[in-house]
Amino acid sequence: MRRVAITGMGIYSCIGGNLEEVAQSLYAGRSGIGIDPQRTDYGYRSPLTGIVARPVLKGVLDRRLRTNLAEEGEFAYVATMEALHNAGIDPDFLRDHEVGIVYGNDSSARAVIEAHTIALEKRDTTLIGSGSIFQSMNSTVTMGLSTIFKLRGINLTVSAACASGSHAIGLGTMLIRNGLQQMVICGGAQEVNYLSMSSFDALGTFSIRTDAPTRASRPFDAKRDGLVPSGGAATIILEDYEHAIRRGAPIIAEVAGYGFSSNGGNISQPSDVGSQIAMERALAESGLSTANIDYINAHATSTPQGDAFEAIALDRLFGSVRPPISSTKSMTGHECWMAGASEIVYSTLMMQRSFVAPNINFETPDEHSAKLNIASQTIEKRIDAYLSNSFGFGGTNSALVIKKHE
Amino acid sequence: MKTRDEIIGTVTDFLIEEIEIAPEMLKDDALLKDDLGIDSLDFVDIVVIVERNFGFKIKPEDMANVRTLGQFYDFIERRLNN
Repeated sequence: MRRVAITGMGIYSCIGGNLEEVAQSLYAGRSGIGIDPQRTDYGYRSPLTGIVARPVLKGVLDRRLRTNLAEEGEFAYVATMEALHNAGIDPDFLRDHEVGIVYGNDSSARAVIEAHTIALEKRDTTLIGSGSIFQSMNSTVTMGLSTIFKLRGINLTVSAACASGSHAIGLGTMLIRNGLQQMVICGGAQEVNYLSMSSFDALGTFSIRTDAPTRASRPFDAKRDGLVPSGGAATIILEDYEHAIRRGAPIIAEVAGYGFSSNGGNISQPSDVGSQIAMERALAESGLSTANIDYINAHATSTPQGDAFEAIALDRLFGSVRPPISSTKSMTGHECWMAGASEIVYSTLMMQRSFVAPNINFETPDEHSAKLNIASQTIEKRIDAYLSNSFGFGGTNSALVIKKHE
Repeated sequence: MKTRDEIIGTVTDFLIEEIEIAPEMLKDDALLKDDLGIDSLDFVDIVVIVERNFGFKIKPEDMANVRTLGQFYDFIERRLNN
């Protein structure tokens, strides 16, 4: 089996528009959560969200290419440009090599709703315009980026709820491990427009701590009252290790293990057993023991049930070694389809800069989180290997183990 | 009722602003497809823009004989004034 290197990363999120800004926010424990007044007008129970500005791409990207990109595709374009740049990949390289893309995305609501609104009003579908169909599909990101970057390898969107981004990296890793691709652009994207989250809001799972938005997302804290939705995009360039060495690429880290499972049950209720299986598989593939894991980026979204089941599983697996754990969702909110990829970027930045970002707003442990070593403050710490968890609706679980490149 | 100059002004504005065609390309004898690079997907957007600006809907078959920008102005002028 081939080794899989990470040779590039890019990020566009509510805590920063590039790697440097995001690294500084993570270190400082800075929240990107705010209030979106449109959500109040639209009838949301909670107007809280990660605040992510739309990038201005007019004059940067050709109109035809831009028209096909939904909002999350624009985020993904910015993140991927950064990732390709720091992987040392230029258009000539993309022309001369077969590069693939496997990206997580599980909705593209705005274009669907806008098309419906036009059809209702005008009673003529020809007035919907040309971009809507390409923006409406979950694969809008991979369709858009593969045409922008002229990619000729695997071209695939992974829709696996809030584990989409993590599974995308896992599947990209498998393609390279098996020698089927030498380089795959992986990642996850998440729209943040007010049309995209109304049905999730309907479940009553969002925090309503509107008097203090930056204190609303509080994974593992006893006083949490729900998650805060968020979005953006994160890109990871995965590359065959030997290929990366041969071209003198900057190797940032190595994907050591990918584990997955399905809970086999309830659509919205998490499972300690299911998540544990995914973690154990990722560890087994990595060849590392729990004692080798220096940091865990938890999935913990700030919902009482989800956090509790993950805490039970983490304590069962890591209770004897107790590595520092944080949920960066305390700062970013829940980046849903993007989260599994962005949290690899966040954790790898910590690995590069030797610190553990804090689980902000963790003030009062509950019976489960009290058993874990949760980092409520930034910790200076060398990280040689970390585990990142992602779980989603339908019981889909994904875990990744990343190790430092020496 | 719009004058031909008004029609040319409106069309020029949206071709530059929305279809992002370079102003110097917009000559009466420019071929829509070969010179201005307007493809079938761009045309779908032009249908929307024309409806918004001039208040009528283009059907593709109406445009069968429209090949140049000058003929496009003629087409809009005819539709508006008949």
